[in-house]
Amino acid sequence: MSEWLAVIIDGVIYSSWLFIIAVGLTLIYGVMKILNMAHGSLYALGAYTAASLAGYWLAHGYAPLASYGVLVLAAVIVGVVAGPLIERGLLRFMYGRDEIILLLVTYAVFLILEDVVKLAWGVDPYIVSEPYGLLGSVEFADLSYPVYSFALIVFCVAIGGALTWALRRTRHGKLLTAVIHDREVSQAMGIDVRRFYLVTFTIGAMLAALGGALTAPTISVVPGIGVEVIVLAFAVVVIGGLGSLPGAALGALIVGLLRSAAVHYVPALELFSVYFVMALVLILRPEGLFAGAQVRRI
Amino acid sequence: MIARDRTPLLLLILLVALLAVAPLFPNWQFIGTLALAKGLTVLGLLLLLRTGLVSFGQGLYFCLGGYAAGSLGLYAGVTDALVLMLVGAAVAGVIAALLGFLLAGYRGIFFAMLSLALSMILFGLLVKSRALGSTDGFNLAPATLFGHVIAGAQGRYALYALAAAVAFLAALGMHRYFATPLGRLSAAIRDNEIRVEYLGASVRHAVHVKYVIAGVLAGVGGVLTALTVGHIDPEMAYWTTSGEFVFITILSGTASVAAPFLGSFIFELIRTFAYEYSPNTWQMTLGTVMLLIIVFLPSGLWSLFRRTRSAQR
Repeated sequence: MSEWLAVIIDGVIYSSWLFIIAVGLTLIYGVMKILNMAHGSLYALGAYTAASLAGYWLAHGYAPLASYGVLVLAAVIVGVVAGPLIERGLLRFMYGRDEIILLLVTYAVFLILEDVVKLAWGVDPYIVSEPYGLLGSVEFADLSYPVYSFALIVFCVAIGGALTWALRRTRHGKLLTAVIHDREVSQAMGIDVRRFYLVTFTIGAMLAALGGALTAPTISVVPGIGVEVIVLAFAVVVIGGLGSLPGAALGALIVGLLRSAAVHYVPALELFSVYFVMALVLILRPEGLFAGAQVRRI
Repeated sequence: MIARDRTPLLLLILLVALLAVAPLFPNWQFIGTLALAKGLTVLGLLLLLRTGLVSFGQGLYFCLGGYAAGSLGLYAGVTDALVLMLVGAAVAGVIAALLGFLLAGYRGIFFAMLSLALSMILFGLLVKSRALGSTDGFNLAPATLFGHVIAGAQGRYALYALAAAVAFLAALGMHRYFATPLGRLSAAIRDNEIRVEYLGASVRHAVHVKYVIAGVLAGVGGVLTALTVGHIDPEMAYWTTSGEFVFITILSGTASVAAPFLGSFIFELIRTFAYEYSPNTWQMTLGTVMLLIIVFLPSGLWSLFRRTRSAQR
């Protein structure tokens, strides 16, 4: 059996997970020019909410298959509650300030949310592994893979497709593109920029929470899971190009395949390889592999 | 009319006060040394922040310093604290000089992201390197100072005094540096790079030099931390450590070279009390304080003193 096939399958599964956690980050940056460090905490909030709700659902003996819907519902709840709270309550007062100040503000939000999670859920691990095993597993090239992982790939492609469609084909998507290109002119033309910012941030938060919610069944949910996720998501969006949707997909694929190859062939380089490529992209093509031409700042 | 420069005198008074007060609080010397070591790293970040740059990867040099000191003791049997500090500073300085060629052209979040990526590379290497203890790190050989082993109550005070002396020298040096033409470029670069270029100075070169200074300071801070704690692990290069330094920098503000040390002391105090009384809300406290400072005190805690002083006039 060829090992490279396993490398590719593992890599693609990991990539789809990376895409789901990174796409919200790139969306928020693309529209609002905010590099949202709180993304990691929103991921953690999603994971905890999903673990609690799905655990409640399954403990009461409701239809187990519907627990997937509960996972998604958890992400929607987190997004709708935390998104507007952070954007309306805090970020909107900071618009127009330096990008680095906004980075620091979201870092502060990250610190706060880390403890909100601990206060709300305590420090004991939460485990809801049932949805993970529910779909069974398939034999593929002598190895058995949980169907859940393949479902994740399908889901990830669906999210990417839906976002691209919404941005390119719908009226709101086109308006949003106008806002991205020139905020002031769009405002002058009568576009409610405030609302677009609110909706974008909420959707971004929802996507972060979705990443957490879908990961919850595969891990034991413990404090601090968001800390690691945020730097990985940074690596993915930086490699693909900050603010680019296809870039996030490309970045996720590169990081996913690279890490999977490293794990199989040179385990010592597992983490190193990811950040090495991130640094390399920043050095050779700071705007990312997928970003278009931009006006030089100086 | 030129106002008399009071900062060197202030720093000297602070040094004497730090050395004189510490024997009364033996239990706080450990925390004091840590605060001074962190303050050194933050002093470097202050220099970068004055230039308009925020590094989210200063843990890289902090960690390099710590590991340089640790490996030297482990593999070469060198234990003299002064030698270790010099070597730590040199290692950090050389790496910073090399990486500076890459970083000097970056600003804003790209500078933050590239420095973050570089520190995570070191983290990724260290967690997998068996020889250096992987994720657990390793304990340092007992350090010596002028031939005496640093141990016990006396050793603790000696280390504290050493950190205070180094901090004094670094702060004084930084203060002098800010008075030189190259040092004065910081604010100019932050305000308008193009104008600086037209005036005939090289922005790239200036940023590079500042980056190396910041790296050296972080390296020395790392050595002092390693000597104080007696243990090092890859966590020193993790982004949360760098984030902590950024936090202290924002807390301190850039107004004075003494501010980073004040900021670090306050930070360590908050941390010590928070760990004891409310371990689950301490990050929340930090986050809230950070938000309040960004909104209400954009120049950091030090601006409180400034404001009262100018009000008295």
